[in-house]
Amino acid sequence: MEGAHDIPREDILLEASGIDKIFPGVHALKRVNFTLRRGEVHSLMGENGAGKSTLVKCLTGVYGIDGGIIKYLGREIRPESPQHAISIGISSVYQEVNLCPNLSVAENIFAGRQPMRGPFVDWRSLEERAGKVLERFDISIDVRRSLDSYSIAIQQMIAIARALDISARVLILDEPTSSLDKLEVEKLFRIVRSLRDDGMGIIFITHFLDQVYEISDRITVLRNGELVGSYRTEDLPKIDLVTKMVGKDFDELSSVSRVRAGEARDVIISLEEVSAYQSVENVSLEMRRGEVLGFAGLLGSGRTETANLMFGIEHNSSGAIKLRGTAVKLSSPKDAIRNRIAFCPEDRKRDGVIGELSVRENIVLALQARLGIFKYRTLRQQNELADRYIKLLGIATPDAEKKLGDLSGGNQQKVILARWLATEPEVMLLDEPTRGIDVGAKAEIMKLTLDLCREGMAIAFISSELDEIVRISNRVIVMRDRTKIGEMEEDGLDQESILRAIAGGVAV
Amino acid sequence: MKKKFSVDLKYIPAISAIVLFFIAYAIGGALYGDRGFLRLRTFTSIFTDNAYLGVSAVGMTLVIISGGIDLSVGSVAALSTMLIAWGTEVLGVDSAVMILLVLLTGTLLGFLMGILIDKFSVPPFISTLIGMFLARGLCFIISIQSITINDPFFRSLGRWKIKLPQNSYINLSVIIYAATLIAGIVIMQRTRFGRGIYAFGGNRQSATLMGLPTSRIQIGIYTFNGFCSALSGILFALYMFSGYGRHLYGMELDVISSVVIGGTLLTGGVGYPIGSLFGIMIYSVILKFISFNGSLSSWWTKIAVGVLLLFFIVMQRVTVVLANRNKRQLRQKTQGRTAP
Amino acid sequence: MSGLARRMTSSKLFSSLLALFVILLFNVFLNPGFLSITIVNGHLFGQLIDILNRSVPVMILAIGMTLVIATGGTDLSCGALLALAGAVSISLIRGSSTILNADTAMPFPAVIVITLAVTGLCGLWNGFLVAKLGIQPIVATLIFMTAGRGMAQLITGARNLTTNYAPYSVIGQGWLLLLPVPIFIAAGVFLIVWYFARRTAFGLFVEAVGVNPSAARYSGINSGLVIMIVYTVSGLCAGVSGLIYASGIMCADANNAGLNYELDAILATVLGGTSMTGGRFYLGGSVIGALIIMALTKSIYAFDVAPESALVVKAFVVVIVVLIQSPFFKARLASSRVRRGPGEIKNSGAGEAS
Repeated sequence: MEGAHDIPREDILLEASGIDKIFPGVHALKRVNFTLRRGEVHSLMGENGAGKSTLVKCLTGVYGIDGGIIKYLGREIRPESPQHAISIGISSVYQEVNLCPNLSVAENIFAGRQPMRGPFVDWRSLEERAGKVLERFDISIDVRRSLDSYSIAIQQMIAIARALDISARVLILDEPTSSLDKLEVEKLFRIVRSLRDDGMGIIFITHFLDQVYEISDRITVLRNGELVGSYRTEDLPKIDLVTKMVGKDFDELSSVSRVRAGEARDVIISLEEVSAYQSVENVSLEMRRGEVLGFAGLLGSGRTETANLMFGIEHNSSGAIKLRGTAVKLSSPKDAIRNRIAFCPEDRKRDGVIGELSVRENIVLALQARLGIFKYRTLRQQNELADRYIKLLGIATPDAEKKLGDLSGGNQQKVILARWLATEPEVMLLDEPTRGIDVGAKAEIMKLTLDLCREGMAIAFISSELDEIVRISNRVIVMRDRTKIGEMEEDGLDQESILRAIAGGVAV
Repeated sequence: MKKKFSVDLKYIPAISAIVLFFIAYAIGGALYGDRGFLRLRTFTSIFTDNAYLGVSAVGMTLVIISGGIDLSVGSVAALSTMLIAWGTEVLGVDSAVMILLVLLTGTLLGFLMGILIDKFSVPPFISTLIGMFLARGLCFIISIQSITINDPFFRSLGRWKIKLPQNSYINLSVIIYAATLIAGIVIMQRTRFGRGIYAFGGNRQSATLMGLPTSRIQIGIYTFNGFCSALSGILFALYMFSGYGRHLYGMELDVISSVVIGGTLLTGGVGYPIGSLFGIMIYSVILKFISFNGSLSSWWTKIAVGVLLLFFIVMQRVTVVLANRNKRQLRQKTQGRTAP
Repeated sequence: MSGLARRMTSSKLFSSLLALFVILLFNVFLNPGFLSITIVNGHLFGQLIDILNRSVPVMILAIGMTLVIATGGTDLSCGALLALAGAVSISLIRGSSTILNADTAMPFPAVIVITLAVTGLCGLWNGFLVAKLGIQPIVATLIFMTAGRGMAQLITGARNLTTNYAPYSVIGQGWLLLLPVPIFIAAGVFLIVWYFARRTAFGLFVEAVGVNPSAARYSGINSGLVIMIVYTVSGLCAGVSGLIYASGIMCADANNAGLNYELDAILATVLGGTSMTGGRFYLGGSVIGALIIMALTKSIYAFDVAPESALVVKAFVVVIVVLIQSPFFKARLASSRVRRGPGEIKNSGAGEAS
């Protein structure tokens, strides 16, 4: 580990010290220090919720900071908005493409600083320059087309092109590679290296470890909003990096291990050669009582889509979904809930949390939806229900009337779980239930999953964390390119073989 | 092929407005050609009668492209007629000075609404509703009665016209409308402000993250529209030679309808001032239909506008759905490729 | 502790009640006889009763509007539907409609049922456009805002249809137990909607849809149905309001009946503490909001100016209320609260790690 004092002053481009950021209910950054030098690629590492994005947003003026100072070239700055940060010399590219879909490619690159002739935008030189900028990326497209006529990967490159064209000295790339393929990543890295050689400081955030080691000069690790340390890449072997990112995580999770399934495990829900338009192809599987079925695969592999099918969000075009042996048509979540299926969606914020409503109302919601409008649970019944689950799941909230939006990610996830448990489901579909929540809550949620399994529930556990899947599942379905490529029993389960299946498509 | 289709999609509403105008005009010609529907005078009267609406529609187009709405335009225009009349007739201020003052007042009102929307995050609907109440109320504080404008200079402005063949003419209002429209087109196509409005309407959050001065843009939009409303009021005063608090009740509805019919998406991000021109023309052709028919009552206008709105809104919706479907296909193509 | 929620609700109502109180106080100051209520012929008379009575049409619209706004929508058409209700009912009573072609007058209950069915269907159509076609509420209801009045004029033949059918006049001008009938109708509408919203799960569903439609769907709520119901309720409320309005003047005035009432209804709802962005709604607040608007108008009448000048005062009152509710001031309040109580944050942080 090295401190800022080791670095010659004049080499420091950006220095953040003692940064504090507080959201309602969450202390997102706790006195974090971070230093970026001239001519380096600096990776910011940490698990979901570690505070990487928050730190970046503080540096780029999206959020104001609640404590600490940020210095740029030795002078204190207080970025008030992304626009202000850009004018200082800090530009950024985010994971989601933050461009305007209705504008042309050329305009997206130059919006706000179009070449002008007198008071007017000089369209011809705008388009010429846009073409030249993209040449650097080996992309030849019609820059006059609107942005939304191109793929996400190209849009991402355009976003980077935009950031590069600004005469920035600090470039922040927040998960820029997650929608790029291998060739595109290489192209991007070539550009990043040449920028570094020009003396630019680049902050790089990704969850692909290989890419970190391929491109970065230094690594800073955050965990739970705290700085773990900054390291030269060559001084930090991969395994150490993971350990530092995960921290005591290992110990917590080590107490989690799968439930030995009993003998008579009857099938509750099964898919038979199910396909859905542009979603999944030919998936067959069985979910059994008292068993955790893991779903491994990358984003877009069809794992979420499969869960969606079982919850009536997407509809199969062929094949059959059978519940306890009889084919059913699940046309909406309502149907699924009536059939005792529950679903914790992947995007908790968008599809799960109803932030303005109270914890009580959020817990009661699905049960009430199943009962219908007129079988209203009285306030007393609701309170009893809420209090029971708050106690049972250890939800940290002052009371049941707290707005759900004010709770931390882990507690929000528990409330969503409580919402489903209240409907007394037989099948529980968990899509990334541990994403974006802190380590302690992660272990708790996994233990809870196992408890439910012990009680005889059939559980689908979808996760990007193979470690979690391996620990918890009795069987694992491996998915790739929208179809099931294999199924593994608990005896042969290990991360390596799953990884091999996902990567190589080797039949298992 | 598909890509080309998706680009074209956003032009469809505006193009269909233009097509619809010509169809309506042709039908009018076929039905009432013998009564002079196709005469040049009928055509020019579309503009002489509705120039004030057109001016307001230019400003409203900007507002709606940004994803906002402005309910205050009718009231601000009415206030303008009132101020002109009151200033020249009661206070005896020079009418040229008064025109400038009125334009300034409208601009200021627009600016204040912009501040309310941007700095205090009051939804445009409510902010401009407040502006609507304020301006309308101020009219009646000035006077409950209608004030006739007798100022010679103002009257001469209103009477000034360029004679064209067939007893038709173009007046100052039409020229001012043409100038405003051209200004609107140039602003939207050729200035950073205009392009910023498109960006703002396309994705506000992105526009902010891209470092566009979204605050200035938003306030600018409503300020500009305030100016347009005042100008529209002046044109209406040139047409009526009076100031009255009950002038232009419900004008905002006509203007918004015309802009939507002209192909501007109420969701923001897509639209063209030239489309709104055709929106206004369609609107006035409907009026012409009714006046030429003679037996139809004026309320058919409202029903026709309602039906047209429905047609255009559903069409816009379909366009958006189609565009999204294209996008989803693209995204899935990308995801298919990302597997390492 | 559910007391917290109750306290918050009451504080929401409290601010609008306070506003109402201040305006009434101002009126007393202007006109010392403002509060006096006299009994003439077994009827209560007085300024307060008058405010209550006159605010009824907007109040009923606001009750429907509250549900619509809670789902994150807006209903611009209710003013026009109010006019439509007047046109339909009076032309049915007269049996002389140009379009309905009813030669003989209908039985009175049938008139009311048909009127409400018409506006209810219009509301349902609004709901259909919003829920099934995904059209923005402002746009979807803009259609009927324009065409509704056209339809009303179509029915009345663009004349001001009058009637002197006595039972009809009871709705808007009758008296019952000391008070005008409209007040009872408003109370009835309020109670029915309140019961439906708060004693069934409907209110919860409305709020869930308003805050996060996607999450509501994932929880098994049929958001489309919920949205269609609220617009239909709003249409029905417009119908009731239209009957009262037209009966009050015994005339169907397609042009001016309920002109800009939709704006007043939205305003009443916002003044009552329901946010335009949807979510939590306060039916009682909206009722108070309608009273505020009417009391405000009343106090302007005390000055010898055009009634329309009241709009200026209205504008200022709305600015103040809206600014107080704006995120800008809320953030100020919240940040001062955070500074006062850092313990709470620490607590929840500790809970997280447990």
